[in-house]
Amino acid sequence: MSAKDRAAIERVKMPELDPAVRVASRSAEVNLGISEGQAVVEATRCMDCPDPQCVTGCPVGIDIPGFIKNIQRGDFAEASAVLRLTSALPAVCGRVCPQEKQCESRCIYHRMKCQPVAIGYLERFAADRAREEARKNPVPPRRPAPGAVKVAVAGSGPAGLSFAGDMAARGFDVTVFEALHEIGGVLKYGIPEFRLPNAVVDDEIRALEAAGVTFVKDCIVSRTVTVEDLRRQGFRGLFVASGAGLPRFMGVPGENLIGVMSSNEYLTRVNLMGAGLDGHDTPVLTGRTAAIVGGGNTAMDSVRTARRMGAERAVIVYRRSEAEMPARLEEVHHAKEEGVEFMTLFNPVEYLGDENGHVRAMRVQRMELGEPDASGRRSPVAVEGDIREIPVDLVIVSVGVSPNPLIPSSVEGLSVSRRGTIEVDETSMESSVNGLFAGGDIVRGGATVILAMGDGRRAAAGMAAALAAEECHGSAASDNNSVS
Amino acid sequence: MFTILEKEHFSENVVKLIVEAPQIARSRRPGHFVIVRCGEGGERIPLTIADADPVRGTIMLVVQQVGVSTCKICALEPGDSLTDVVGPLGQATHIGHVGTVVCCGGGVGVAPLLPIIKAMKQAGNRVVTVLAARTRELVILEDQVAPWSDEVIVMTDDGSYGRKGLVTDGVEDVIRREKVDQVVTIGPAVMMKFVAKLTERYGVPTMCSLNTIMVDGTGMCGACRVTVGGRTRFVCVDGPEFDAHQVDFDEMLMRLRSYN
Repeated sequence: MSAKDRAAIERVKMPELDPAVRVASRSAEVNLGISEGQAVVEATRCMDCPDPQCVTGCPVGIDIPGFIKNIQRGDFAEASAVLRLTSALPAVCGRVCPQEKQCESRCIYHRMKCQPVAIGYLERFAADRAREEARKNPVPPRRPAPGAVKVAVAGSGPAGLSFAGDMAARGFDVTVFEALHEIGGVLKYGIPEFRLPNAVVDDEIRALEAAGVTFVKDCIVSRTVTVEDLRRQGFRGLFVASGAGLPRFMGVPGENLIGVMSSNEYLTRVNLMGAGLDGHDTPVLTGRTAAIVGGGNTAMDSVRTARRMGAERAVIVYRRSEAEMPARLEEVHHAKEEGVEFMTLFNPVEYLGDENGHVRAMRVQRMELGEPDASGRRSPVAVEGDIREIPVDLVIVSVGVSPNPLIPSSVEGLSVSRRGTIEVDETSMESSVNGLFAGGDIVRGGATVILAMGDGRRAAAGMAAALAAEECHGSAASDNNSVS
Repeated sequence: MFTILEKEHFSENVVKLIVEAPQIARSRRPGHFVIVRCGEGGERIPLTIADADPVRGTIMLVVQQVGVSTCKICALEPGDSLTDVVGPLGQATHIGHVGTVVCCGGGVGVAPLLPIIKAMKQAGNRVVTVLAARTRELVILEDQVAPWSDEVIVMTDDGSYGRKGLVTDGVEDVIRREKVDQVVTIGPAVMMKFVAKLTERYGVPTMCSLNTIMVDGTGMCGACRVTVGGRTRFVCVDGPEFDAHQVDFDEMLMRLRSYN
């Protein structure tokens, strides 16, 4: 097929559940996935460039033309095998990655003023095929080879899982310790079912178990077991991927009223704890009018969850304009389809409560855009005297998170930034403590699933190299300050 | 895992459980708590570790039936298991040699107080323990605190046991009769509020341990936030112990009613 013929094919559209249907369901996935026929046609669009730029746009460096051309050939198993070489979580990435800013943004089609190849949809297709296959023919958990070098991971979110997958593939004996009662970190407690079903995450975890990874729940590295304990148990390296812990609040009056909560709390209650479902004891507050403060993906997840939890009005309150929103365009678009209102260029200045201490209204300051700030975006500036009051009975504050302090505060000699993030070498991801590597939000302070996964991959390469070097130099390389 | 080895009823609604949790038993210190979940679909709730036996690999929890989850936990029998127990969490109590310490606990709050009483005594302090309850059968752990206390004062609201009166009456008597260097108070928020008011009047440094609503217990959700000294703090990672004179108890009492 000629390049011209390939380019003449129109980009596939992701089939979506009808907005009216999906807001009535807590769990129904919005994006339904493309069919086999659609996938093969879409894969045909890929030009198989000699110097594929899409790969350079992927934080984990997936061989994108490699998997896509396998789809075109109809060899879906091989497509998924190519994905597995570099990504521990392809079914997750295919759903939540901001492809439009990464791989797809580098697609050759942009230069031809065409829509890029739908790399994300194709990734999801191949990964879902492999999940179905694994469900039909489950592979039992495998044990690593006897004598394999033991390494530990703190945290089972995207960074930890990506690291674990890579290290297991390298033949290490990997144990992932998770503080919560479920494996998956933010993929479970944070991202809602309608965007990433927990069953998908569980399938990916089973695939990792099949590759030899061991998971331990209810275990907080630094608390239940210390870094020193792990060393004594024979773990020769530790990858800290404990994630973003403390939710940030704005410090405005009334923020501790009942009905004002962090997006972490709200989403954890709904997603992880199943609040409001039969047989689940965890309660969650619902509101007729929910205001969500912030403009990121977590804000979109929260506002769309609020709609599904019965809010008649669900409003995004964001201090900049829509153009500056960090959320994915798709999320904003889906939110709008679901009837979410956007109050941009407004910033909360106070919450007002009723006689029981329950929030009943918020006062918002009108903003306008001024000069660009450090982030390169035009900064919001208050319009003096323009403060409005809007009635609300549920407020979800989604203005970012700070790193979880548990591990940074517990390891002696660990270099920690002023923001509380663990400082690491950017290439190897090794911290100031020999044998202790870190990545994901505990290093970045709040980023995306795929960036965390990229950290996990780099840390795996870094730790594997460090351990190999240690083997060469004998045990003299380790010192008292080491977990290895 | 997390098997219940022993169970004892302190009263109709208060149960002591000895739970198998070897790693936590080894690493916990006074003041620490655990998050417990009972049954799939169960809530995550915080419970202070009342005692631990690192050799046997057990922790002691004292649970009062107040809601769905605590009722489920109290219904467990030896041989049953808790679904999840994770910890130890929170900052350990700062134990030092300060002189005379009054440890006052109300109701089930005496359980988390027990390890602090022990540690305070072991640090060489004179320890006066004030136990308070509504009525005689709600007085718990008197025998366990006694060996670690120079004096135990029991107060009951109805005078059915010990002296009739509130916990604050007992504490005030001690402060009036001798020099008290520190007060530690654990119990219902409203009790701690009034103990704090009393000791502030006398200028006695006072530490309280807060029992707020939590979900994850590791700093992630912020459900447990309280205002201390005008700043929002997270009980799970910054606490659970704070300077009682700085705590906004009225806000805490309000927030405890979030789901009522």
